[in-house]
Amino acid sequence: MVAEIEARVGLPTVLARRSAGRRSQLGRAALLLAPSLVFLAAFTYWPIGQVIGQALTIETFGSDTVGYGLGNFERLLADASFGRALLNNLVYALGTIVPSIAIALALAVGLQDATRFNAGLRTVVFFPVLLPLVAAAALFLFVFLPGIGLLDYYLARLGAGSTNWLGDPDIALWSLIGLTVWKNAGYYMLFFLAGLQAIPLDLYEAARLEGAGAWGRFRRITLPLLGPTLAFVLVIALVNVITQVDHVVVLTKGGPSDSTNLLLFYIYQQAHENYDYGKAAAATVLSVAGLLALSLLSLRTLERGIHYEA
Amino acid sequence: MTRHANPTALLALAALSAVVLVWSTPLLWMAIAAFRPQNFGGLDMASLWPDFVPTLDNFAEALDSADFPLLYLNTVLVCLGTLAVQLTTVTLAGYAFARLRFRAKELVFYGFLLQLMLVPPILIVPNLVTITRLGLYDSLLGVMAPYFASAFGVFLMRQTFRTIPKDFEEAAIVDGATWWQLVWRVLVPLARPGMVAFGIVSVVSHWNEFLWPLMVVSTPDNQTLTIGLASFTMGAESASQWGVIAAGTFLVAAPLLAAFALFQRQFVNSFLFSGVK
Repeated sequence: MVAEIEARVGLPTVLARRSAGRRSQLGRAALLLAPSLVFLAAFTYWPIGQVIGQALTIETFGSDTVGYGLGNFERLLADASFGRALLNNLVYALGTIVPSIAIALALAVGLQDATRFNAGLRTVVFFPVLLPLVAAAALFLFVFLPGIGLLDYYLARLGAGSTNWLGDPDIALWSLIGLTVWKNAGYYMLFFLAGLQAIPLDLYEAARLEGAGAWGRFRRITLPLLGPTLAFVLVIALVNVITQVDHVVVLTKGGPSDSTNLLLFYIYQQAHENYDYGKAAAATVLSVAGLLALSLLSLRTLERGIHYEA
Repeated sequence: MTRHANPTALLALAALSAVVLVWSTPLLWMAIAAFRPQNFGGLDMASLWPDFVPTLDNFAEALDSADFPLLYLNTVLVCLGTLAVQLTTVTLAGYAFARLRFRAKELVFYGFLLQLMLVPPILIVPNLVTITRLGLYDSLLGVMAPYFASAFGVFLMRQTFRTIPKDFEEAAIVDGATWWQLVWRVLVPLARPGMVAFGIVSVVSHWNEFLWPLMVVSTPDNQTLTIGLASFTMGAESASQWGVIAAGTFLVAAPLLAAFALFQRQFVNSFLFSGVK
């Protein structure tokens, strides 16, 4: 087609330059992709090999590294804290993803009409998304403060007693879940709002004529047509619960007694505080394997999600 | 509004209002507590009623206990430095994926996609080794380097270039434009919306980043805002200076919140693109 246009324009030099260009497109592509590939190689591909190497060796005194077989994995699996972190991460994932998606969806449906009032409410819900997770955690130090903190102060007016939100091992993880839902729901709401805009209004009109109620319209039209958006949001939410632990660092440091330890925090703790790089690497290898499996399952979803807005 | 006359709709409206009310409380508290006089007495610290003469004491104390100018400077350097390199890498690669035909394009593309999942935070352990070997430990460049390639940015730019008709390029070539004229006069101006969208998402995520800088940076000279805030918060918490924490958090979050208030539409559009950073 390009050649057609050029033939019509009738400039032989351009034609010549073009066909020469077509032959060397691989070269040109390589040139354009090289800067990205260099950094991807250094900080995404190479680290996978690197961390496998780290997981299979151990540093002895005098920092010689020697082969250690699967020793690090054995030590990792024998570590009760790791098991606890894995379990916590599962609870944390379910506990944050289900309510934040439900709330995001409800807010999107409720606030979808483009009125000034709705726009204001959407802004309020979106603000936490822009806040650094560390800053959110700093605020929630006070929210969760027993007795005089924001939560207890107002719950007391409703007649509730004081709660040790971050200090009680049975509650602390749920407090972090609450913080995460607060922080992320607005983000997911955006995608649902965009998804809702793509649903033709006459579908609702037709359903209304057939006598479908609000709930029926939501279940029969909105929910099925938001399917791709939902899948996309689910993938982002999953990546988020694995890769964001800033609030754990600030609020609980994984405690009390490992009740809020999450996978990535465990890795950070082993590497940065215990200098046990072997164990940290073994845990990273398992996380990377998990994420790769997730990638294979969801690459198409991700790609579609990126497309649908553009 | 007549639509809301039936009871179910009223109930839904009430539930929505309740959610929004709860959602707004922490930030509302931040804005009020930051200006509340310190000697006000600890018990009513949670009150959301601004029944006091506003004071800047909390801000003064926050600014005193952490080197905020340096933290701002480092954070701005990290954000802009990362963005500058990213814009180069992602526009080049995005153009290649949108316009050029080459073998194994799909495969290479999926190789890029991988970074959406294997995000740098999960690779902190091996990347720390790499950064140290490169001599970048405890430097701002070390904080930035793992983000220089961005799969998300490449997709976004690929989409952007796909929306630009090829005719523009053809016409420029026919008019005898050199390649750099083609890039600077035609492609960059047309691709600007994509670059802006990517820029917003990139700056927000690096302004907010914490775990990786915490690993790489060891001296106060190279700390970013989030690290400064975390250590500052721990100090103020043990002294129960909640107003000072509110003020410090306000200082860290204010630039992005203000930018959002000013450019709301642009932000929302960018974040819709972002999905994955």
